[in-house]
Amino acid sequence: MYETNYHRASSIDDAVAQFAKGTDSKFLSGGQTLLPVMKQRLAAPSDVIDVAKIKDMIGIDVSGDTVTIKAATPHYDVAQSDAVKKAIPALSSLASEIGDPAVRYRGTIGGSLANNDPAADYPAAVLALGATIKTNKRSIAAEDFFKGLFSTALEDGEIITAVSFPVPAKAGYAKFPNPASRFALTGVFVAKTKAGDVRVAATGASQSGVMRVGPIEQALKANWAASALDSVTIAASGLLADIHGSADYRANLVKVMGQRAVTAAG
Amino acid sequence: MGVEGIGARVVRKEDRRFITGQGRYVDDVKMVGMSYAHFIRSPHAHAKVKGINSTEAMKMPGVIAVLTGQQIVDDKVGNLICGWAITSKDGSPMKMGAWPAMAPETVRFVGQAVAVVIAETKNQAKDAAEAVVVDYEELPAAADVRAAIKSGAPQLHPEAPGNIVYDWHIGDEAAVGDAFSKAANVVTLELTNNRLVPNAMEPRAAVAHYDQAEEHYTLYTTSQNPHVARLVLSAFYNIAPEHKLRVIAPDVGGGFGSKIYIYPEEMVALWASKKVNRPVKWTGDRSEAFLTDAHGRDHASKAEMAFDKDNKILGLRVKTHANFGAYMSLFSSAVPTYLYATLLSGQYVIPAIYAEVIGVYTNTTPVDAYRGAGRPEASYLLERMMETAARQLKVDPTELRKKNFINQFPYQTPVIMAYDIGDFHASIDAAMKAIDYAGFPARKAKAKADGKLRGIGVSCYIEACGIAPSKAVGSLGAGVGLWESAEIRVNPVGTIEVLTGSHSHGQGHETTFCQIIAERLGVPISQVSIVHGDTDKVQFGMGTYGSRSIAVGGAAIVKAMEKVEAKAKKIAAHALEASESDIVIENGEFKVTGTDKAIALPMVALAAYTAHNLPDGMEPGLKETAFYDPTNFTFPAGAYICELEVDPGTGKTSFVNFVAADDFGRLINPMIVEGQVHGGLAQGIGQALLEGAVYDDTGQLVTASFMDYTMPRADDLPSFQLSHTTTLCPGNPLGVKGCGEAGAIGASAAVINAITDAIGNNKLEMPATPDRVWHAIHG
Repeated sequence: MYETNYHRASSIDDAVAQFAKGTDSKFLSGGQTLLPVMKQRLAAPSDVIDVAKIKDMIGIDVSGDTVTIKAATPHYDVAQSDAVKKAIPALSSLASEIGDPAVRYRGTIGGSLANNDPAADYPAAVLALGATIKTNKRSIAAEDFFKGLFSTALEDGEIITAVSFPVPAKAGYAKFPNPASRFALTGVFVAKTKAGDVRVAATGASQSGVMRVGPIEQALKANWAASALDSVTIAASGLLADIHGSADYRANLVKVMGQRAVTAAG
Repeated sequence: MGVEGIGARVVRKEDRRFITGQGRYVDDVKMVGMSYAHFIRSPHAHAKVKGINSTEAMKMPGVIAVLTGQQIVDDKVGNLICGWAITSKDGSPMKMGAWPAMAPETVRFVGQAVAVVIAETKNQAKDAAEAVVVDYEELPAAADVRAAIKSGAPQLHPEAPGNIVYDWHIGDEAAVGDAFSKAANVVTLELTNNRLVPNAMEPRAAVAHYDQAEEHYTLYTTSQNPHVARLVLSAFYNIAPEHKLRVIAPDVGGGFGSKIYIYPEEMVALWASKKVNRPVKWTGDRSEAFLTDAHGRDHASKAEMAFDKDNKILGLRVKTHANFGAYMSLFSSAVPTYLYATLLSGQYVIPAIYAEVIGVYTNTTPVDAYRGAGRPEASYLLERMMETAARQLKVDPTELRKKNFINQFPYQTPVIMAYDIGDFHASIDAAMKAIDYAGFPARKAKAKADGKLRGIGVSCYIEACGIAPSKAVGSLGAGVGLWESAEIRVNPVGTIEVLTGSHSHGQGHETTFCQIIAERLGVPISQVSIVHGDTDKVQFGMGTYGSRSIAVGGAAIVKAMEKVEAKAKKIAAHALEASESDIVIENGEFKVTGTDKAIALPMVALAAYTAHNLPDGMEPGLKETAFYDPTNFTFPAGAYICELEVDPGTGKTSFVNFVAADDFGRLINPMIVEGQVHGGLAQGIGQALLEGAVYDDTGQLVTASFMDYTMPRADDLPSFQLSHTTTLCPGNPLGVKGCGEAGAIGASAAVINAITDAIGNNKLEMPATPDRVWHAIHG
């Protein structure tokens, strides 16, 4: 690891101010991506601003039809939250399957979304549930937030402070893990909103990162059942291909995981 | 059997320090004035090194030296050697390309070192390494065997035209031709044995110290065989004569073969410690381990088996291309020849066998012995062949095997090995019973109703362990003898130190070897210590690999104990005024049989060292050494049966059951044996389902981290059902055969046979990833 300056921010304003002082600053939340990359000397930030201990950034609030998870809340807390389990069980279930216990104790929802790894789990939930990403500057709709691999709508120095999820009528998530990394080789989140809309998002599959899956949404709108996807075909074009899964295999997984997500949603 | 004697499930003595973080590994060694080495490694699979500019690096903080491949050549440090000479069919010797410890002119695999930075801290060495400018001229690379043997392929070594190391054969080609001409049925199979990365938990490391006053070197290193390391470093690499070089292998965190070899980094650390006159530490990181630890396996084979009308095997013909990587590692030449083709008879009567093995250079990491070493490749080929044949001949695979089993021992195979003893029916029957083989069709039908594809797969392996009779391996080209040594020191107070040439890097020798002493003397194992891993403390020994420690090292301990006991009995008889032939050893006492006269071991030991009252002419002291050279290999064998389900939607395999029935001869500590089998099975299953080193066409290692190389994890594995059938090995005094590699040798074929059974076709290579299985199902 190269030498860097570490700052533990006391507040969101402090974090923003510290960030501005560095020549090449990075925010640190759970550090599940940034720290390994720094250890491998693949990243060399001048300053690391730790936002994970800011009190205003941690906690879960469920009120009415909205679940709000503050950005530095670790996955473990989301997985364990009775309120989340009751309001959006698919979300707590997703959080309980991220990485391994060590990752879940440290990794945070804000860090995951800001990094936007194409195989991360949370982006699928955020996009399928139509969540809103709140930052120190604004609110960003899920549709506008994800901009491709490791790329988001966040501006330099902008911090995610919380994510608000509308409580759906039904939702489910099914992940097929990469055998080596255990990231999602493909994960599919299906949601039926209380207004009756159907939204489906897949992670791990597309060359452009998390994506909506139109053919599955249409089939489920007509008939909310796993069997409704039997005749759906997912195109392999534009999907990722590597030693763990070819594009046509991932296309198959989008469908099969979609079916299992519907089954899980009930 | 005493409570801590042979056969007792004694808890491992060494585990207390390991699980409380008190093990002492090479990286724990700290020396006054220690400096740190960081290697500059080629990013290219094949390139000319046009120049190395370290001017800027030398100006950086803490930098002591930047040393290059040219300097190591100029200082006449020897090239790396391969210790087993193989002769090609045409009588020509194997073609070995020169391998300097750091490349002066040409790099031939990604990760090969070209220079090293020595600095005050590890980070300073890393920083400076980034400032060293290496001017490479890239050359086209041959990244796999198929590419390397094509005409016009990039050539790696001028010494090896066509990239061929050797074209070797064994067996009787004419007899096999004859067998095939008479065959009622011929079964053919083409398969790949995938390349594996060993991934011991502890990466390789070295701390080298040159003592100018004594002109003496000390090397702490992660070695399975410190004496062999010292011999090679002295005799071939010109580092220092043996009496001026001490090699210490302290606690070592796993080897699996990868720590047998003497690698460039250890050589460079020793050489550099004199160059800079400072102790030098190098600790490899995981990325370096992926790129530079010798890989395992990597065969492409075609096999044909001839059967008569009664489904008896008539002959076997095999042609294998073995990937050596870019250089010949220390024992690499023996692995795809004498450790592979000599096991192609398996558990079967095969009247005629002929195998050809073509060794090939490629622009990849060197390949050498990895848990099982040649025997997993043989067993996988043969057991997939038996399963394929059973399906083609439409007979039950267990019946086909039983029909062809060897039943009479000793049995001379057509490929050198003479099996001493075994009972193959006993193993397969035990495994079939354990898994309820007869009930499988009903379970398969039930699984089908649940939408799952269920399969069952058998693998009956045999291996040659207890490596090896020195005269025999010498006649086959080995550069060393493969005996083992032991010294027993009974201290004046009766405690015992066992100095062994074996080396424990996870195997539990500190417990198992003590149990042999406890069995013979009736003393608690707390009274016995095992000393190993230090060439200054222990007499010359050959180290641990090839499941040899108990069969060869343990036998040496018995031989030394026999000498100690003989002398101790004389002393006891003298003290008790009895006849030596009347003395028996029980519960730590020397007794006059049939009387209550006895003298305890500590008093015998004390008498030996005070020498006040010894028999006339007897030398004082109680310490004996033995060198034991085995008369034959040992032949552990067994039957593994795997039952699993495949999810047709995802191609994912889930285990239902995995049973192992092994014959390891006598078990010294059944708990440790079970642990060894578990680990071996995990690696065998890992090869079948998960692990595979993948290079791209340019020779870049795609699977260079755990993000892409799938190491087996606990939840990837079933809960194993183990059992043992026993035939005692007649070749050594303990009746033992060795158990370290069996799981890795036998498991892969059982898993793949089960998956191909489940999916109903044979179009599957290892690792059988969900993606591959899904494609095999859906085309």
